[in-house]
Amino acid sequence: MLTYLVKRSIMTLLVLLVVILFLSLLVEIVPGDPAVALLGPRASPALIEKIRAEMDLDQPALVQAGRFLGRVTRGDLGKDVFTGKSINDLIRNALPHTLILAWTSLALAVVIGIPLGIYSATHPGHWLDRVTTLISISFITIPPYVAGLFLLLLFAVQWKVLPALGAGKLSDPGDYLAHLVLPVVALAITWIGYLARLVRASMLEVLNENYIRAARAAGVSQPRIFYKYALKNALIPTIAILGVGIGSLMGGAVFVEVIFNRPGMGTLIYNAILSRNYPVVRAGVLVVAFLFVATNLVADFVYTWLDPRVQLGKKQG
Amino acid sequence: MMTYVLRPETRAGRLLDRLPLIGDMLRRPLGALGIVIVAGFLLIVIFAGVIAPYDYAAQDLDALLEGPSARHLLGTDHLGRDLLSRLIYGSRIALGTAVPAVAMALVGGILLGLIAGYFGGLVDDAIVVLIDAMKAFPAVVLALAVLALLGPSRANAVLVIGLAWIPNYARVTRAQVLTARQQVYVEAERSLGATRWRIALRHILPNVIAALLVLAAMDLPVVITFEAGLSFLGLGVRPPSPSWGVILSEGFNVIRQSPWPITWAGLTLIVITLGFTLFGETLRDVLDPKLSGTRGI
Repeated sequence: MLTYLVKRSIMTLLVLLVVILFLSLLVEIVPGDPAVALLGPRASPALIEKIRAEMDLDQPALVQAGRFLGRVTRGDLGKDVFTGKSINDLIRNALPHTLILAWTSLALAVVIGIPLGIYSATHPGHWLDRVTTLISISFITIPPYVAGLFLLLLFAVQWKVLPALGAGKLSDPGDYLAHLVLPVVALAITWIGYLARLVRASMLEVLNENYIRAARAAGVSQPRIFYKYALKNALIPTIAILGVGIGSLMGGAVFVEVIFNRPGMGTLIYNAILSRNYPVVRAGVLVVAFLFVATNLVADFVYTWLDPRVQLGKKQG
Repeated sequence: MMTYVLRPETRAGRLLDRLPLIGDMLRRPLGALGIVIVAGFLLIVIFAGVIAPYDYAAQDLDALLEGPSARHLLGTDHLGRDLLSRLIYGSRIALGTAVPAVAMALVGGILLGLIAGYFGGLVDDAIVVLIDAMKAFPAVVLALAVLALLGPSRANAVLVIGLAWIPNYARVTRAQVLTARQQVYVEAERSLGATRWRIALRHILPNVIAALLVLAAMDLPVVITFEAGLSFLGLGVRPPSPSWGVILSEGFNVIRQSPWPITWAGLTLIVITLGFTLFGETLRDVLDPKLSGTRGI
């Protein structure tokens, strides 16, 4: 177990290193000069040189990457070249909104999706199972931005029951919650469908196992088989997937934040792209990637801890 | 007396062997729904010029932001363009972006996966780190980071989506190669002195390709919504092109004046992705039930 933990952690660090290198070398790989893109073609050469120096663009690629890596390991994400503000502050303000959005969505998806899946699996072939299947497939195929636009259209524009823009203030929980409802639902829909299908499939698989048949033969009651024996094992793959879920939810959050004008990481990165503020884009993307990798790591550990059948350190084949 | 009918080994004969596949798919209600939607979509792509009542850029200045009417069945947008016609022509952009992007991911992923799975050792480790690093971003965020520098255009969207999807295919190919190289027939071929490339291309690849094509079919709807999403953010296909994402984005700007552009473009995206998803899943179940679960997220 310990060697696995160490191996997996080293792998994760390596992946993060590659991510940092990739992000700092992207400027070199892609044609065009970010400083010129930022300032526009009519900026004075002196100003362009100044910005280039600030972004380390006048240095060779490897020096750029090295300096970026050095700053990142010290926990310094650099400065916004436009305003001179520290990017750390920008992210500190934006990140909580995105984390609250993503985690609440995941919680909502778990609370609705898993019971739906259990119901389907315990009543296979029943018409409600078929309806649930159709609903969950439809939910999976609704992109978060379409869900967001539809919810905005109905609840904020047509019926005017919920606020359309912004995130509200954290100091006013009721107001914050009201602003949270639509974005959370928009983001959760895909995962409700996804979890329902996943739980149904893994539960049906477990119900076919010998130990369940043995329990049946021994006269264990149906509910006890479902909830005490089958569900436990059926939920293990679901937990493994939830680690990936947070990452994909943070991707979907970009759309949802832009639609509802929430001041989170998605909006931060998006606005930085529109103003061609590459240092902010780079830092924002790095933070999202870091969180994604970290949650995956945690989910992996929880998974191997929950399911001793997983062979540690074995290459996935 | 029994008669044996031997089906001749001709192209038509082999085609006949394939036909039950469609029959199997049609027998499942959801599969039939998928086939109908996908077939309808393909017909619309092919005959867009015939079906669309207007040109996608033609303006009717007497009818700005109108609801559905006899003249404009689905209504018009803020420039008086016929929404139905724009959605119909948009199908060409959806397919014309998704297919090259998936093809690029497929080719790139197969190459990486074959190399990693077949050569193993350090090469494999390096490729696995690379794949994991690419998977460390949500695809949207990776696409945003690259498009921030490349600038928005349809070609760049294809490039970025193709890149973002390579890891999925590389991972599946690698896993399948690792399984395939343990097989007896590969062992036999190796003992007869076949080169690594011959084994990889002639013996392993054909066994891997079925799984990959199913994965590609299931990725098409995901990629279609991905392109529309990028275009919605203004980072993919640009106006005046009638990409569904562009229609959504223009509709978003006038959401308080008219609900129609968003409603129709959103519904179109939902129906098309639903159709492709049902099609892909049924195809997978019919081809090989063992494959379920090969889909990444």
